[in-house]
Amino acid sequence: MKVIKEKHSLLMRWTHWVNFPVLAVMIWSGLFIYWANDAYGISIFGFSFIKFFPEWFYDYFHISGRLAEGMAFHFLFMWFFFINGLLYILYTVFSGAWRELLPNKHSFKEAWLVLLHDFHIRKTIPPQKKYNAAQRIVYTAIIFMGIGSVATGLAIYKPVQFYWLCWLCGGYHFARILHFALTIGYVLFFLIHIIQVVIAGWNNFRAVVAGFEVVEEQVKFNPEPLIPQKPEDKDENKP
Amino acid sequence: MKTNHKKKIKAPLTVEQKIKRRTFISFGAFVALGGSAAAGWNWLLNAPEETPGITGGTRAPLRRALNKTELFFRNLFSNKHLVKTYPIMEAAKTPRVNSLIGIEDDEDFDVSRWKLVVKLKNLKDQHISIEALKALPKTEIVYDFKCVEGWDEIQHWAGVKLSDFLSYFKLEEEAKKQYLGLETPNGAYYVGLERESILHPQTLLAYEMNGKPISIEHGAPLRLIVPVKYGIKNLKRIGTMSFSDKRPRDYWAEQGYDYYSGL
Repeated sequence: MKVIKEKHSLLMRWTHWVNFPVLAVMIWSGLFIYWANDAYGISIFGFSFIKFFPEWFYDYFHISGRLAEGMAFHFLFMWFFFINGLLYILYTVFSGAWRELLPNKHSFKEAWLVLLHDFHIRKTIPPQKKYNAAQRIVYTAIIFMGIGSVATGLAIYKPVQFYWLCWLCGGYHFARILHFALTIGYVLFFLIHIIQVVIAGWNNFRAVVAGFEVVEEQVKFNPEPLIPQKPEDKDENKP
Repeated sequence: MKTNHKKKIKAPLTVEQKIKRRTFISFGAFVALGGSAAAGWNWLLNAPEETPGITGGTRAPLRRALNKTELFFRNLFSNKHLVKTYPIMEAAKTPRVNSLIGIEDDEDFDVSRWKLVVKLKNLKDQHISIEALKALPKTEIVYDFKCVEGWDEIQHWAGVKLSDFLSYFKLEEEAKKQYLGLETPNGAYYVGLERESILHPQTLLAYEMNGKPISIEHGAPLRLIVPVKYGIKNLKRIGTMSFSDKRPRDYWAEQGYDYYSGL
C-alpha cells in the first residue's frame, strides 16, 4: 500500500529553490563582468577549439558592454548566494543531515555501479538511503564548489584586504580563472541534474517541493495494527 | 450535539487524500513564492535610474546596495593590509595603455610648464613643481595592477608616498577631511578617494615607470598609483588636488560604477 515517507526537510527545499534563481542571476551578471576581459578558452596542442565566448553568444544574450551593470547586480546577489549557502551548510552540519549527504567509504566504488546502472549496463543498483553513492559525491562536490566560488570571488573582489585568501586561491590571476571554471562546472552540473530529474520522475521531483515521497510498502508481518502515519498531522500545513 | 458534529467532519484522511492535500499546499506555496520572486526581480530590472549626481548611471536600488556594501567592506580595510609586491624583473617592460581619457583631448598641455595645483579653502592655491616632488623621499613599488575590466599586470612604479607628500607640504590638516579629489589639467577625467586609501602606505604620486620618467600616455609627469583601488581610480596626469568632506566627482561613478572600487 502507499505510504508517505518524509524525504527533504523544509530548510533543504527552501535553500535549494532560493539558490536556483540567485545562482542564475550570479551567472548572468558574471557574464557581463567576464565579457570585459574574455581571455579564457580551451586549447589542445595550440589549436583552440573552445573560446569563452564566441561573438554570437554575447549577441544572443545581450551581454556586450554591460560591465558596470553586471558588477552592480553581482555585488548585490552575492549576499543572497552567500547567506543562503551558509544557511544550508549550517543546517546540514547541525541537523546531522550530513550523514546522508557526505560520501562514505563505499561511495566511490558504488558510484561506479550507479553510473553503470544509469547507462543501462547493469541491472541492479546498490541499496541506498536518501541519496545514492553518485548523488552523495556530486551533491557534496557542488557544496564545496559553492564554498570555492565564495572564496575565489572574495579573493578577486578584495585581493588586498583578503590577501591571505587571495594567496590561498593561487593569486589574483589564478583565482579569477578558478572562479570562472567553477561557473562552467555549475552549468555542466545543471544540465545533468535536469536530465536526471526528468528521468527520476514526478515522485522524486515532488519531494523537493513538498518534502515527501510516496512509497509502496509491502504489508509486513506486524503484530500491531497498521497505522503507517506517524502522528505528524501538523506537517500537512508545511509548504 | 455540536461537539459530535465537529468530530464527524474531522474524520481521518486516507493516504491518498493526505498526498493530494500536501501536494496541493506545497505547490501552491511554491508557485506563490516563485511568483513573488519573479515580481521582485521584475521590479529590480525595471527600477528607475538614480538621479544623476556624484554617482549615476545605474538602477537606484543597485546604487543603494553598492553604497551599503562599501560600508561593510570598509570595516575590513586596514592600512596594514598591503598589496603583494614582486621582484622588479617580473614587471611588464611595456605596460598596457588602456585609456587616454583626460590626456588625448588636451592638445594645449605642456609638460615643461606643469605644476601640481593644490586647491585650499580660504587660502591661496599651492603650485608645486615636479622638481619639488622629486626632492622628497622616493618610494618604489612593483605590484599587480588590477583593472576593473578584469585584467591585471605586474608594473613597476616610483614616486612620493601620498602620505609623505601631505606631511612635507603641511597639508595634514586639510587631509583630515574625508575625501581627496584629483582631476586632470583639463578636467576631463577626475576621481575621488576616501581618506583611508589616501593614507595607505602604498599609495603614490608616481613620476617614474620602470625607472624612467612616466611617458605621456601613462600620465606624465605625475599620476596616481593607488594599489588598493582598481585602475579607474589611478588618475593619469594629475592637474589639481582638493580636499572635501563630501564625495568629489568621479568619472566612472557617474557611469554606473561603484564609487568606492576598493580592492
